[in-house]
Amino acid sequence: MIGAVFLRDLRLGGAGFIGLTFFLALVTIIPFGVGPDLNLLARIGPAVLWIGALLSILLGLDRLFRADYEDGSLDLLLASGHAIEGVVLAKVAAYWVTTTLPLIAAVPFFGFFLNLEPVAIGALVVTMAVGTPGLAFAGAIGAAVTVSLPRGGLLLAVIILPICIPILIFGVTATRAAFTDPDPFLPPFLILIALTLFGAVVGLFASAAALRTATR
Amino acid sequence: MQIIELANPTRFLSISARLMPVLVGATAVCFVVGLYMAFFVAPPDYQQGETVRIMFLHVPSAWLAMFCYTIMALSALGTLVWKHPLADVSAKAAAPIGAVFTFLALATGSLWGKPMWGTWWVWDARLTSVLVLFLMYLGLIALWRSFDDQIAAGRLCAKLTLVGFINIPIIKFSVDWWNTLHQPASVVRLDGPTIHSSILWPLLVMALAFSLLFLVLHLAAMRTEILRRRVDRLRRLAADDRLQQGA
Repeated sequence: MIGAVFLRDLRLGGAGFIGLTFFLALVTIIPFGVGPDLNLLARIGPAVLWIGALLSILLGLDRLFRADYEDGSLDLLLASGHAIEGVVLAKVAAYWVTTTLPLIAAVPFFGFFLNLEPVAIGALVVTMAVGTPGLAFAGAIGAAVTVSLPRGGLLLAVIILPICIPILIFGVTATRAAFTDPDPFLPPFLILIALTLFGAVVGLFASAAALRTATR
Repeated sequence: MQIIELANPTRFLSISARLMPVLVGATAVCFVVGLYMAFFVAPPDYQQGETVRIMFLHVPSAWLAMFCYTIMALSALGTLVWKHPLADVSAKAAAPIGAVFTFLALATGSLWGKPMWGTWWVWDARLTSVLVLFLMYLGLIALWRSFDDQIAAGRLCAKLTLVGFINIPIIKFSVDWWNTLHQPASVVRLDGPTIHSSILWPLLVMALAFSLLFLVLHLAAMRTEILRRRVDRLRRLAADDRLQQGA
């Protein structure tokens, strides 16, 4: 059941292309705002890429359950007798693969735009690979809560952004620590892993509960 | 033959099918001659050494990136003003090709910039405006893909394409208006080219090869798009038939 939903969502694809383009657009407009100073860009680069990835992930999330809610397949999934937590897990996993993996794969290229060192780019890829599943699970709560609302997109971002702050903090801290000498990399990185695992558990059960309420 | 005769998609398909082998052959010949001249005839630069040969890929890609958007803008006019039935097919087919040429221009420029400027990327006016062009290509592709009704999509994308055309003169003249790291125009300028003929000729042959390649890809993509729409229509008709027979 989980596998079937996962494969179906993979096949349907999603907002991967638009999310990636949005990410590139965000990275492009930053130097227009802060100026083309390469040293400054190298300093703020990790934060820019983390925030860009966070916003790109949130962008597509309002369709996570909405499409299934509108065409009625969500009701069928709920009525099937299987645990809805499994459905949420499958959908979030498929969303992560179709939308977030391309973002992480693009980070090395965007790193050149922001004059990042290879070490910083490597650290970004590792911390994002570990941290973004937590963001997707947190976002799933917002998607589930706003599933029946006609204009949930912006509301979802407002609800979810505060929840995402801890992951953002430790993601950027760990990345920075990787290329700034005295700061240790491992402690913030381990906390990031813990946050993702915690977010996965809370996100899974909270969004399942919200889906049950929303479709009642 | 007038362009209006091409308005019939079936005639377009038959004419382009006859044209295709000729064009493919011409493209192959131009690439062989152009690459031979670029690698063996053109002298290495006295300052840049062999890296100057990146130019023979970089400059034609950049020209084609802008040329392709110009074709899309003309097609957009064709859609909106003359309602030419193939104009939106042409615009849709050109967008991914233009995006690839823009990406090639950015990538080869980046590879050239590392040994020459010491950095993969700078935010100078020419580079940034080409990156914006790349973004606009991606945005248009995303818009095309978001619609089911391709006719409605064509009219909306045409308007967006025309608005985005403002970027093309900005790219062309960015090196003259602002003091950039990117060198100013040296081939297409009012007082004639400023580069030596031993480099100019290989460059022009490569530009011709790239243009022919664009033409081949564009025609092939247009043919694919026409056939795809026909298949789509036939599928719908078949589904309607099945529905009526069932009822």
